[in-house]
Amino acid sequence: MCGTCGCGEHHHHDHDHEHGHEHHHPHHHDEGKVITLEQDILQRNNLLAERNRGYFEAKHIFCLNLMSSPGSGKTTLLEETIRRLTAGAASGQSSQIYVIEGDQQTSNDADRIAALNVPVFQVNTGTGCHLEADMVNHAIKHLNPSDGSILFVENVGNLVCPAMFDLGEAKKVVIVSTTEGDDKPLKYPHIFLEADICIINKIDLAPYLETDVETLRSNALKVNHHLQLFEVSATKGTGMDVWCDWLVAECTKCK
Amino acid sequence: MHELSIAQSIVQLSEQQAREHHSSQIEEVELEIGRLAGVELQTLEFAMESAVKGTLLEKAKIIRHYIDGEGQCSDCETVFPVGNLFSPCPNCGSYLVNITKGRELRIKSIVIK
Repeated sequence: MCGTCGCGEHHHHDHDHEHGHEHHHPHHHDEGKVITLEQDILQRNNLLAERNRGYFEAKHIFCLNLMSSPGSGKTTLLEETIRRLTAGAASGQSSQIYVIEGDQQTSNDADRIAALNVPVFQVNTGTGCHLEADMVNHAIKHLNPSDGSILFVENVGNLVCPAMFDLGEAKKVVIVSTTEGDDKPLKYPHIFLEADICIINKIDLAPYLETDVETLRSNALKVNHHLQLFEVSATKGTGMDVWCDWLVAECTKCK
Repeated sequence: MHELSIAQSIVQLSEQQAREHHSSQIEEVELEIGRLAGVELQTLEFAMESAVKGTLLEKAKIIRHYIDGEGQCSDCETVFPVGNLFSPCPNCGSYLVNITKGRELRIKSIVIK
């Protein structure tokens, strides 16, 4: 008996047309069996990211994934954003905020956020260079964000690896500061291609630098013409109202 | 070094399939990797070497098909080969280009014993 298709060699065919039993076996008994997968290599991460996304949608949570190089001012931008949004909350206009902090080591950033009385969960990736969907899944189980809240995920400071890993966020935000040079989007195009939003930070320093903000903008748009751009100075407050108004409007859309 | 995560995902997915088919050895894994997928090909090769150790893929032959980048201009609809993510359209010079090929990262098939 053929071990693969189960056909016997001596059974009777009671139909009357002519055909021998010597049908062609597409498999070879001595060789391996081919299994066609056609699966995305990151499928496991993507499926878990979709689970996170479903959770956020069901609870009307607006989740943003903040990505940038180390030192572009992600945490300062986040602090200033939280200050402004919570000032709005005092007048009943804004949502509860939660933060997931990703860093290789230390809880320094989480401590800065906790000082603003915002629930925060620090993920230390050890030697890992990016957050993955399972880490966010684990973090939201601890944070248990309330319905209608905003969840900021501050990714590990890295302009390369976080680009590939969907976390389940509604929007991917790439932050680039003027001190990094205006060709950053061309040097690290993948993250700009994946992002929905690009925030140009430290805009107040531009007059003192070689960086041309218009060139920076046009380089970002060369890589991804769908990008929505914001220009801010988190420390001086420039452009922060526009950014925060956008956040509040998007958050309302989730409800 | 996200290539190590990718290598580990290749191992996990292939092993899962092999186990579902009651196999304890994978002879071959066929991958499709786009040249614009954001994966450093040599780094992935290096990462695979360590990721397969002690797994069902340890002796597997890894076949890689690299897929060249292709884009289409949103303005004039010209389809053209792209070598990077910020190539202008060769016909009209527009940067409103959508990448249509070259970002694949797929396991095409595995061969089990």
